[in-house]
Amino acid sequence: MIGVIDYRAGNAPSVGYALERLGIEHRLVAAPEALETCDRVILPGVGAARATLDSLAASGLVAPLTRLVIDERVPFLGICIGLQVLFEHSAEGETPCLGWIPGGVQRFDDGTQRVPQIGWNAVRLRRPHPVTARFPDGGHCYFVNSYYAAPADPGDVLGETSYGVEFCSIVASLNIVATQFHAEKSGELGLGILASFATWDPSC
Amino acid sequence: MLTKRLIACFDVVEGRVTKAQQFQDNIDVAPAEDLAQQLYEDQIDEIVFYDILASAERRMIDLPVVRAVARHVFVPFTVGGGIRSIDDMFEVLKAGAEKISVDSMAVREPDIIRQGAEAFGRQCIVLSTQVQRVGAREGIPSGYEVFIDGARTATGLDAVDWVRRGEELGAGEIVVNSIDRDGTASGYDLEITRAVADAVNVPVIASGGAGTIDHIADGLTAGGAQAAIISSILYSPRFERNLGVRELKDGLRERGVAMRPYLD
Repeated sequence: MIGVIDYRAGNAPSVGYALERLGIEHRLVAAPEALETCDRVILPGVGAARATLDSLAASGLVAPLTRLVIDERVPFLGICIGLQVLFEHSAEGETPCLGWIPGGVQRFDDGTQRVPQIGWNAVRLRRPHPVTARFPDGGHCYFVNSYYAAPADPGDVLGETSYGVEFCSIVASLNIVATQFHAEKSGELGLGILASFATWDPSC
Repeated sequence: MLTKRLIACFDVVEGRVTKAQQFQDNIDVAPAEDLAQQLYEDQIDEIVFYDILASAERRMIDLPVVRAVARHVFVPFTVGGGIRSIDDMFEVLKAGAEKISVDSMAVREPDIIRQGAEAFGRQCIVLSTQVQRVGAREGIPSGYEVFIDGARTATGLDAVDWVRRGEELGAGEIVVNSIDRDGTASGYDLEITRAVADAVNVPVIASGGAGTIDHIADGLTAGGAQAAIISSILYSPRFERNLGVRELKDGLRERGVAMRPYLD
């Protein structure tokens, strides 16, 4: 069962509709008890890093999520803000984040680009990975972001995209994968990523 | 490279898409849910849905229709009409929309833009503006004035001043809809679209008047817009021949506009 983390600033219903279309069993998780039946987790996200973290903390979800993802190593997919909060720190409001992946989150340069980036942009894959097995290299996905992650370990970069700078658009480390784009809103290519995630076994 | 976007726009009345000319003479097209599904399958980049009577009837947007559309559409989906509070926005997002479009309400109470951006992030708040060419005069230096309530009420606001203010308050995108061109298939008003694109640093969406591929290409190049709202060209029964997304994108690419590739 996939648990889709449902918090006030999130868009869990959209992710739920995408999983429904794919026929993938899931439940929306708004409280720690609902996580108990989940053996994989999606953290969707829209909005600001601090609001997301505050909302997760207020729901009492930070400790149980950390236990599942870091101690038990269940497959985890972060989306958009759900990618950014995995790092140590975000420049958005100088926010300390979960610190599951080494690195930080910084802002696009307003001087050279319209910010936020909104629209479809190409994702180039840096290496093969089971979650992107159906994804064509250079395929277009839907982005909405003013900030982007810079992983400390280049080995954690699975996909890259250009917007004034080259930035990490898919991060992958052990049982964690996260996309800066909205996989649930990237048409059939995005649905393909969700479908691959649903059967991914990180221990293989 | 970030591509330009084609956004299908639905004016919805009681769950059905209608098509107007300059905000009048609406004719019925199809159920919103069916048209949304069809356009998703045709690989439209984005859909925007306006509940065009919600505001005038002082009621909340039609949430069951929002939910029905969201179930079939796996590209971004914006909803507008009748949004009066943060709680209304929350309900619309929970129904499966990605973005909220604010228009008349934002003029009456601009702080709703700031509140929405604070609660849900700037990317969630689209400021939609209905603008009409009135000629430059005192208080309207750009020569374009903002209208509200389905283009019925003049506000005395200068279009360029208003979008700058909207960006400052937290709008993540700006729609420039020309009242003069709406439903006329005579092309976007490039002058005001360009003026807005030059005035703000958030993405700008051209709207009102696209009748040919050349019109769309002009909006995205000379008009300086990052996205183009289209409706008649896709589905209006008043059109002799409607064009599909593939045909539109092929034509735009031939005119040098970068588009998301169509998947076979």
